Amino acid sequence: MRGIASNVASVSASGIRRFFDIVADMKDVISLGVCEPDFVTPWRLREACVFSLERGRTNYTSNWGLLSLRKLISGHLKSLYGVDYQPEDQILVTVGVSEALDLALRAVVDPGDEVIVFEPCYVSYAPCVTFAGGTPVRIPTFAEDGFLPRLDDVRAALTPRTKAILLSYPNNPTGATAGREFLKELVEIARDADCYVISDEIYDRLTYVGTHTCVSSLEGAAERTILLNGFSKAYAMTGWRIGYAAAPPDVAEAMMKIHQYVALCAPITAQEAAVEALNAGEQSVREMKTEYNRRRRLIVKRFNEAGLKCGDPGGAFYAFPSVKETGLTSEEFAERLLYEKKVVVVPGGAFGECGEGYVRAAYATSLDRIEEAMARVAELVASLPGTAGDT
Amino acid sequence: MKDLHEILTILESDGRLTAEQIGDMLDRPAADIEKVIGEAEADGIIRRYKAVVDWDRAGQERVFAFIDVKVTPTRGAGFDDVAERIYKFPEVVSLYLMSGEYDLRVIIQGSTMQEVASFVSNKLATIDRVRSTASHFVLKRYKEDREIFAEKDADHRLAVTP
Repeated sequence: MRGIASNVASVSASGIRRFFDIVADMKDVISLGVCEPDFVTPWRLREACVFSLERGRTNYTSNWGLLSLRKLISGHLKSLYGVDYQPEDQILVTVGVSEALDLALRAVVDPGDEVIVFEPCYVSYAPCVTFAGGTPVRIPTFAEDGFLPRLDDVRAALTPRTKAILLSYPNNPTGATAGREFLKELVEIARDADCYVISDEIYDRLTYVGTHTCVSSLEGAAERTILLNGFSKAYAMTGWRIGYAAAPPDVAEAMMKIHQYVALCAPITAQEAAVEALNAGEQSVREMKTEYNRRRRLIVKRFNEAGLKCGDPGGAFYAFPSVKETGLTSEEFAERLLYEKKVVVVPGGAFGECGEGYVRAAYATSLDRIEEAMARVAELVASLPGTAGDT
Repeated sequence: MKDLHEILTILESDGRLTAEQIGDMLDRPAADIEKVIGEAEADGIIRRYKAVVDWDRAGQERVFAFIDVKVTPTRGAGFDDVAERIYKFPEVVSLYLMSGEYDLRVIIQGSTMQEVASFVSNKLATIDRVRSTASHFVLKRYKEDREIFAEKDADHRLAVTP
């Protein structure tokens, strides 16, 4: 009996996909729709990979990943956040954070278990929960709260089936960051409910306001936290598909079990690049962060000048302005901006229902392009009835 | 001071940015940025604003040469007096005091190889206390001031990604 599995069929295709198809046919667009750095991977990292290929380093690695890389990751987490993860049995190198997230969910979710997700969030969170046989429980967040969930909402969403709380700060698409006090309270809620915390910290190094708090570093958090991170954003290595998970040994072992059957190991060349990144990439990280921060301030100011209210995103490389004042839905706004001004932003609704009324604009593009794009945004806004850009 | 250094770094990569733009990038009023830049100009910290030009692409031949010069230093002046004689020539683009085998490195620009060669033999080599010169002509400029002259790669990123 043929037919697509119901938990796959029940998930609709990413809202971004439809938009992507429209954009694919257009020429000369300025894209603020990407979710990857406009920097290429620093040359010294690429050069290290070329060298590894020349040496014939093309074999499988341990299912866990190269021990040398896991040791570096362990040391990196220790020095940045003071957390202790044993390279031998607590760190798993994965095919990007995407795989790590899938493994984490499949390792802990039983059919019918619930996983709390805070929206707007990365498009894969709720679908991956469903694919793992669980039920996503969506909690909306709001601009007036800095896109952090209200803790009472979290408490109210807990049930005996709550298996995990999935969060990601700095956040894609809102750019929101979470302070230490907030995360402490969230961990306490997870402790009371005895559930896991799955923390996707892929944007940790791109924190511009305050300092990043690693969830595992909080008191009583490590034993229930599955920490996900990778190299894509901080080291501009998106296409390499290389990430990692750090977790309590039993969870790490369970994730490794799935990983060894479905992926065997992360690509060795990408692992070699990651080794070089941790050994010598710090300067590049700092330079990229400085540059992003300049663009961040500029784009936020330009949105507000154009009459689109935009809060201050403390991390990642996204601005998430409101388009409610224009009277258009976020999809209508994004479409008109694309068709009339050839600028791509992503409608906020793609990241969860409460993202409606907002658009995501990535500032991972050159300053000139950002200025040009924002001039066109201002033109569009000024041309719409019902809005008056404060020009 | 931190502001000054950050502003200088930004201007070093793009000298045409306005005070307003830099102010927006640093979350400071444009007037503050103007003041810092004005002082830096007055203090001679910012020397000049210029474009990085690929003359090959512009279709004009320019000859660049690096001349390594050995000089006998004198008590009191060291190399400075000879350096001054050299850098006053408009043909000299840059001049550095070097460690290593040679003392001064002169970068010269001319319109023909002949012109550069005659400058070296007639002017440079004949200066008092210049003991020797070694000329190296630039055959191709790959990168200058952090700008790579090769064709830029297109942006291969997908226009929309999650």
